[in-house]
Amino acid sequence: MEETINLKLKIWRQKNTVTKGYFETYDMPGVNTHMSFLEMMDVLNDRLIREGKDPVAFDHDCREGICGMCSMYINGRPHGPLKGTTTCQLHMRFFSDGETVTIEPWRAAAFPIIKDLVVDRSGFEKIIQAGGYISVNTGNAPDANSIPVPKVVADEAFDAAACIGCGACVAACKNASAMLFTAAKVSQLSLLPQGKPEKDIRVLKMVEAHDEAGFGSCTNTGACEAECPKGISISHIARLNRDYVSASLKK
Amino acid sequence: MGKLDSKIPAGSLENKWRDYKSSVKLVNPANKRKLEVIVVGSGLAGASAAATLGELGYKVKCFCFQDSPRRAHSIAAQGGINAAKNYSNDGDSVYRLFYDTVKGGDYRAREANVYRLAEVSAAIIDQCVAQGVPFAREYGGLLDNRSFGGVQVSRTFYARGQTGQQLLLGAYSALSRQIAKGQVRMYNRHEMIELVTVDNVAKGIIVRDLISGEIERHSAHAVLLCTGGYGNVFYLSTNAMGSNVTAGWKAYKKGAFFGNPCFTQIHPTCIPVSGEYQSKLTLMSESLRNDGRVWVPKAQGDKRKPSEIPDDERDYYLERRYPAFGNLVPRDVASRAAKQACDEGRGVGSSGLAVYLDFRDSINRLGRDVISERYGNLFEMYEKITGEDPYSTPMRIYPAVHYTMGGLWVDYNLMTTVKGLYALGECNFSDHGANRLGASALMQGLADGYFVIPYTLGEYLADEIRNPVTPVTHPAFDEAENAAKERINRMMNVKGRQTVEDLHKKLGKIMWDYCGMARNQEGLTKALQMLKDLKAEFWSDVKIPGSINEFNPELDKAGRVADFIELGELMVRDALNRRESCGGHFREESQTEDGEARRDDENFSFVSAWEFAGENAEPVLNKEELHFEVVHPSQRSYK
Repeated sequence: MEETINLKLKIWRQKNTVTKGYFETYDMPGVNTHMSFLEMMDVLNDRLIREGKDPVAFDHDCREGICGMCSMYINGRPHGPLKGTTTCQLHMRFFSDGETVTIEPWRAAAFPIIKDLVVDRSGFEKIIQAGGYISVNTGNAPDANSIPVPKVVADEAFDAAACIGCGACVAACKNASAMLFTAAKVSQLSLLPQGKPEKDIRVLKMVEAHDEAGFGSCTNTGACEAECPKGISISHIARLNRDYVSASLKK
Repeated sequence: MGKLDSKIPAGSLENKWRDYKSSVKLVNPANKRKLEVIVVGSGLAGASAAATLGELGYKVKCFCFQDSPRRAHSIAAQGGINAAKNYSNDGDSVYRLFYDTVKGGDYRAREANVYRLAEVSAAIIDQCVAQGVPFAREYGGLLDNRSFGGVQVSRTFYARGQTGQQLLLGAYSALSRQIAKGQVRMYNRHEMIELVTVDNVAKGIIVRDLISGEIERHSAHAVLLCTGGYGNVFYLSTNAMGSNVTAGWKAYKKGAFFGNPCFTQIHPTCIPVSGEYQSKLTLMSESLRNDGRVWVPKAQGDKRKPSEIPDDERDYYLERRYPAFGNLVPRDVASRAAKQACDEGRGVGSSGLAVYLDFRDSINRLGRDVISERYGNLFEMYEKITGEDPYSTPMRIYPAVHYTMGGLWVDYNLMTTVKGLYALGECNFSDHGANRLGASALMQGLADGYFVIPYTLGEYLADEIRNPVTPVTHPAFDEAENAAKERINRMMNVKGRQTVEDLHKKLGKIMWDYCGMARNQEGLTKALQMLKDLKAEFWSDVKIPGSINEFNPELDKAGRVADFIELGELMVRDALNRRESCGGHFREESQTEDGEARRDDENFSFVSAWEFAGENAEPVLNKEELHFEVVHPSQRSYK
């Protein structure tokens, strides 16, 4: 059934990395509750373009909750109020008539703002490049079934591997730490037998890259886990810490 | 043969690739260091190619328009990846995978390419497992397989409903390793906007830095396009918002022939459109048809709630029309049947453009828990999007554009008709004929990138070792850059009244209405004119905000839509020319008495390879005749 609500949007506007940003408020009457959040932003932008104004820049691509591109901080929460949901999968039926919705970019020193709600997440690339892989060249893999992996281990590795690299964990963390992101990859690879040979060097290098990229330290508040749209468990950080200590001792 | 030489190696089908690999030219490691390769796109094909070529020692540059190579739309593939491992011991073999793919493609693919694809499929799984891809496993610790649409063996490897994500992250990790080693230089948020050629040989590309808007020149010994499909020509599709044809289209205009542009796959199980504002469509995995029953009311315009419609007033039309396969008919057949039901005025939902996929009987038979275990995450996703609970009320589904089998024409080496320019993955036309089987797209992307291009590229580059890259000061770069800049300026200066979205929506409607699930002479002819008009409308009335030298997503989109409009025209032309029905291409004039597709092997057993002939000239059709030496084409029947 057609239902509409009226909203006010308070949106962070910032021309580029160097200029100062500010909040601007927009009236959004008649928002169809079947819309996704990003479709509502499309409607706003359509109006702004027609009025000769600058549309709000935001990152998005798959709109299926899997590419990790979308990244809005909505009413003080990364990806908005719905648990286990990315912004692109959030629908307007979760908002009420008359509400003011505040929309900000991810806020973290390591994620400089490019424009409006778009941030630079290349720090994540550096972390993966530091060791988020198993060193196996194409062509020299053994038969897939020659490496049995107990189902529970494979499942746990999968849970970690489900990370979409969106950065919500950083945005949620008061220290802007990317430890959940880092731990998800460390944990996935250190759980699997294929990842064991590089286990020590991997964790040391990835943590080093994490710190170098300007992400803050983890103080185990658990905010990252609570806001992660893919439900990545903070227990992976515990595994990372164990791996890290053990690797450091061997150095 | 004319201008097309598919370069299929001689010898029997089973030995072609083996013999090719033993005789192909090699490049020694010292020379590889001197050879530069550009890879455009970082999905399964691009990331696997860039990583592998980097490992081999080539100097690689890789470009993607997103902020990270990990965002490429391969990530959204749900179902799985096929491989002829025969781990299930159910009689699978390279030959069977090859056969199923050729048959599934309705006999419009090249036998030699498909056989090679089947042959390398097993190595893909080995490679991915070694990288740490967490495929589903049995309790014994070995890999699990499942069955997938249209075949009789279980050969699909999967990682929950996120196989594409896990495979892409595997390729991305291999790519990241090469980036760290300095073997690959990665350019994120960069979009290719022009190809540079000298005497029909690819020499480099012109790209736009999407943050600063600056134009850059990059030269190389070879250029690989791994830029995915063009489903967004329909505006609404299951593709990501940014998926586009621009790189491929620029290549077409520089001499690369476009193969079978009209072959589009329309997936039967997507969440229907809910309103004008809709920006994209979401796929619900095909696996749902294993336990869901598809139906519409028997009566036209029946607006009762589904629960109020008694069984004898429901038409389970797939079960009725195709008793042998029932709800499990192939994608193209299921999609067309849904369209017919809606065209008859029996569609459901507020738009009348949807059919029911009902789990009531399965829940009664198996219990809610079993259904939840099988499809829980899909039901959840459906509820998230529609606000309806599929356990208690049937899902509403409708077909949506999902994949494009057409693409740049390539020979056995994956080289286009421009020397040194290659196309991999969905970007090329090669392996799926007129219809792709489920779980085969991931297989092809990775096959091309990990196991085909590393060999076939050497065949070309071995002769390039004495040639330095063309300097970016070469007049061909000036010309290409100027053309790109001029186009952007022209676009920005139109300052018209219609937004890019307005024009894109108009394009989508023309394509969907006349070049969608069913096509006919009259409609296509009309569409051809409408597209010419739309192109003129774009260049005289588009409104793009902001300026060129800044982060301006509307400008990025405008360039893509302008190319889509031109591609649309080529698709329509191709659909007009192909007066047969095959796979995803259904010509209403070519059907049996009971409304099934009728293929015409006598007249249309060829690949259409369209050649650009100038801005205002009609493109030239080149035909690559298909020769079936091993498989004998037969009419598909699912009754």
